Amino acid sequence: MKIYLKIWRQKDASTKGKIVDYTLDGIEGDMSFLEMLDILNEDLISKGEVPVEFDHDCREGICGTCSLQINGRPHGPDRLITACQLHMRSFNDGDTIVIEPFRAKAFPVIKDLIVDRNAFERIQQAGGFISVNTSGNTIDANTIPIRKENADKAFNAAACIGCGACVAACKNASAMLFTSAKVSQFALLPQGRIEAMERVQNMVRQMDLEGFGNCTNTGACEVECPKGISLENIARMNREYLSASLKG
Amino acid sequence: MSSLIKSSIARKVVMALSGLFLVLFLVLHVTINLTSVISPDTFNEWSHFMGYNGLVQYIMQPILIIGVIVHFVMGIVLELQNMQARTIKYTRYKGAANSPWVSRNMIITGLVVLAFLGLHFYDFWIHEMTYKYIEVHPEDPARYYTETVEKFAPIWRTVLYIISFGLLSLHLWHGFASSFQSMGLNNKYTPYIKSFTKAYALVVPLVFVFIAIYHHLNPITH
Amino acid sequence: MGILDSKIPSGPLAEKWTKHKNDIDLVNPANKRNIDIIIVGTGLAGGSAAASLAELGYNVKTFCYQDSPRRAHSIAAQGGINASKNYQGDGDSDYRLFYDTVKGGDYRSREANVYRLAEVSGNIIDQCVSQGVPFARDYGGLLDNRSFGGVLVSRTFYAKGQTGQQLLLGAYAAMNRQIHRGKIKSYTRHEMLDLVIVDGKARGIIARNLITGEIERHSAHAVVIASGGYGNLFFLSTYAMGANVMAAWRTHRRGAFFANPCFTQIHPTCIPVSGEHQSKLTLMSESLRNDGRIWVPKRSEDAKAIREGKLKPTQLKEEDRDYYLERRYPAFGNLVPRDVASRAAKERCDAGYGVNKTGEAVFLDFDAAIMRYGSEKALTSGLKNADNAHIRKLGEEIVEAKYGNLFQMYEKIVDENPYKTPMMIYPAVHYTMGGLWVDYNLQTTIPGCYAAGEANFSDHGANRLGASALMQGLADGYFVLPYTIGDYLAEDIRTGPIPTDSEEFNKAEKDVLDKINKLMSAKGSNSVDYYHKKLGKIMWNNCGMSRNAKGLKEAIQEIAALRKDFWENVKVPGEANTKNQELEKAGRVADFLEIGELFAMDALERNESCGGHFREEYQTPEGEALRDDKNFKFVSAWEYKGDPKDAKLHKENLIYENIELKTRSYK
Repeated sequence: MKIYLKIWRQKDASTKGKIVDYTLDGIEGDMSFLEMLDILNEDLISKGEVPVEFDHDCREGICGTCSLQINGRPHGPDRLITACQLHMRSFNDGDTIVIEPFRAKAFPVIKDLIVDRNAFERIQQAGGFISVNTSGNTIDANTIPIRKENADKAFNAAACIGCGACVAACKNASAMLFTSAKVSQFALLPQGRIEAMERVQNMVRQMDLEGFGNCTNTGACEVECPKGISLENIARMNREYLSASLKG
Repeated sequence: MSSLIKSSIARKVVMALSGLFLVLFLVLHVTINLTSVISPDTFNEWSHFMGYNGLVQYIMQPILIIGVIVHFVMGIVLELQNMQARTIKYTRYKGAANSPWVSRNMIITGLVVLAFLGLHFYDFWIHEMTYKYIEVHPEDPARYYTETVEKFAPIWRTVLYIISFGLLSLHLWHGFASSFQSMGLNNKYTPYIKSFTKAYALVVPLVFVFIAIYHHLNPITH
Repeated sequence: MGILDSKIPSGPLAEKWTKHKNDIDLVNPANKRNIDIIIVGTGLAGGSAAASLAELGYNVKTFCYQDSPRRAHSIAAQGGINASKNYQGDGDSDYRLFYDTVKGGDYRSREANVYRLAEVSGNIIDQCVSQGVPFARDYGGLLDNRSFGGVLVSRTFYAKGQTGQQLLLGAYAAMNRQIHRGKIKSYTRHEMLDLVIVDGKARGIIARNLITGEIERHSAHAVVIASGGYGNLFFLSTYAMGANVMAAWRTHRRGAFFANPCFTQIHPTCIPVSGEHQSKLTLMSESLRNDGRIWVPKRSEDAKAIREGKLKPTQLKEEDRDYYLERRYPAFGNLVPRDVASRAAKERCDAGYGVNKTGEAVFLDFDAAIMRYGSEKALTSGLKNADNAHIRKLGEEIVEAKYGNLFQMYEKIVDENPYKTPMMIYPAVHYTMGGLWVDYNLQTTIPGCYAAGEANFSDHGANRLGASALMQGLADGYFVLPYTIGDYLAEDIRTGPIPTDSEEFNKAEKDVLDKINKLMSAKGSNSVDYYHKKLGKIMWNNCGMSRNAKGLKEAIQEIAALRKDFWENVKVPGEANTKNQELEKAGRVADFLEIGELFAMDALERNESCGGHFREEYQTPEGEALRDDKNFKFVSAWEYKGDPKDAKLHKENLIYENIELKTRSYK
């Protein structure tokens, strides 16, 4: 099939970018979306042009590297997948596809479709851990039983891949779903309760410092999250935050 | 505590609490208004009480005004911050694919309701203040019903009233349920809370609209 | 011993590690503050080592090419992590885990290393749970286990199909805590391009900032290479697109020996290649073989009809299907180890029984499992007269609960519903057992340079068992390196900071810049991927699941020729001083073009079949691997001598004192 592409090109962080049009022929439905971009790049290289740079790595939906806004939605039209899992069979012959980087003030563009997500790193560094040293003498793993329901919920929150689709989808570019996933994972486990108050306050403070927007509960993040992280986590973080602030 | 004031979550909670307060106030308001359809005397009686009771006038009224101001000032502050969080906009943005229109446009519905509130204040509150404190008329426990019904005589005002309450309904449709999420309440009862808040968002504005139409169609004949 | 001293401590197997820990030198906490350690790679091995070393007080610098340590490819491991906890009371022990791992590796790993691995495996689980890793639990709130291929106990801990992700996020969280404390400086989007050796010791690296293109010098008292495996030299693999051998290979070029390069794991259950455009292969967890039955048609004309789409697999009658694993290996059936299952699939497809349009796929059929689970469920639910459709529905629900996410992933990629028609699978390159040669302390042949995780060769011999890679990465990083590196650094407490303006740094940086300039100035016409794909084809055809002397010799020639062509005719667009993904790829492919040749040489040298290394000349009459313990019970460790063809082979003889060498049999 024939595909018309409109791709954001930007040389580097300080240069102004723009949308550039490309046309590709001979695209097959079995190709993944990123393989379609590979073909475009091979084409550009053969013409002596600079290929389109985009972030990608595992190409199986788990590393969270790919970060494309495809036709106005993070990771494209299909639900519960990342851009690398999207296949061209989700498009039709003659379609125009607009590809942009994830947009947020806290995610500045590095080049073309690549953004800098270090804001997420700093949020995690502010408190996304349990303070336990490696010793080999920590208590036996089965000393503290954990209710299966809580363990499962903690897992579901921990499944976040840190791709930033929540921020990209949110009309306010809010990072609440991302931050709350980590807060929730630890808040639900006895190991994480010890530092729960400091954790939630530190992570939220960092999140605010990074310049993400405020949550207005539109729910877009939950819909676009490739791992289906639930809004319940945001409520839990709000709860944890309030109780920590009132107590602390 | 100090962090609480500055944080994004705290601001959301302020929105939620002030919003919930206004939701509660609407119940009171709609109840009193409804009496104007059922019994003009009761309406006059209650209105007079609200207008001259010290507790209502000097404590509840200022709280209400503060509540309204906090809610809209904070709403605008949040909106401005949110606009700054994405300085370069998307060429194509399909918000409709992942979120309801009302949730993304609270600022629009909110501002329209705010504009209506301006009119409402002008019509009733300014009028009351002038009547009581500037022109210093004596108390007249029977004037409220007539004053109210006369307001609905012009068609433009009634239509404006209906539109505003339509948008208030949209505002409540998202905002009421959302306030629980902001305060950290999302559990197995959430579906019931959502049903309740949505019912509220429909019924309360509808009653207001019904009253407006009723009075428009049943003017006081002199 | 000669040049290769494995430094295995003396004494009984089970006491070696404890004894060694008691014997080694320690660095006092005040002195640790004056010592810098560089860690290249932030997966399970690198991430856990970085966190642990920083906790001890060392100044750690980590480097990864990804934009976050959390994206290292350890994240993609699905199945689980082994540990000899014996929580299930099924008789597991350190010894059994050790034994299974050595046997699974076809007796080509070092006893003492593997025993230590088994010994610390329990600590790993304790550590991870205390970090908040959400392992699967049962209704009593205790940790759940499942069993994996090639073993007889349930010792695999898991977090749904995302165990690697959860373990990596645990190590990443531990790293973040140290970054927050200022004890780790994390350099993301950085790639190590060279190792700097000063006075015979590893003292730093040259790295490229992938955003600005800047070449940076970083010094340290020790360098840890934890950059993963080199399976991407096959082009198509289950590795991440960016996974590369650069750090390990450049270390090799600076003097570290490279061990067993030909030992590669080809995983039997991956989604087959669909066409020329393919960039990447996706794994379907080994756990699927618990319930799926593998088959191809009995008659090649049926296979042909299926390939051409004239016949549907579901139309083929039971007696016309060849469940070849069950036929050949009645004892283990579909649960034979990975190397055996992969070879058997290739054998059938080569014989013309492949079932997809490329002829390189076999069926993995869940129909029997669906019906079996369905009938069980019908019985336990008291449905006596359930019809087939109802039973099937019940069965599908159970299969969905067990493998739902995998089935969904398959459907997304292949666009076929695996509940209704059998899955198609084919083997794909998945892991490399070979890597930098290390001694018992995980030190390479360069003093002060260590290798951990998949980047070293140590624990898996010629074939890795499922759920062992995560165990090894974390064992190395959490529980081995923090001790052994201290022993080395104890001598460095008076050294002070290593200057980066020395002649050695100047020289290394110049080498790196020359190489980049050479790549940028080669004004050819072929893209980097063009060469990578060509190399991949050579590797897959000649050095893949089965190898022979003729093919390997051809591969050596072809790779050398391809490498020459690459340096003359590659085309790298853009500029070197900006973000340039093509330049990044070019550097990586340049290294693959060297290691590929060494890989083939190693495979040619090893005149036996063992584990993942199958030489067609050395097989039993039934077509099984024929090991030669008399002549090849050694680790081959290659020394760099300039051109790959000049590499010099050193042998570390493997000594088995606690395990009797046997022929692996799964019949």
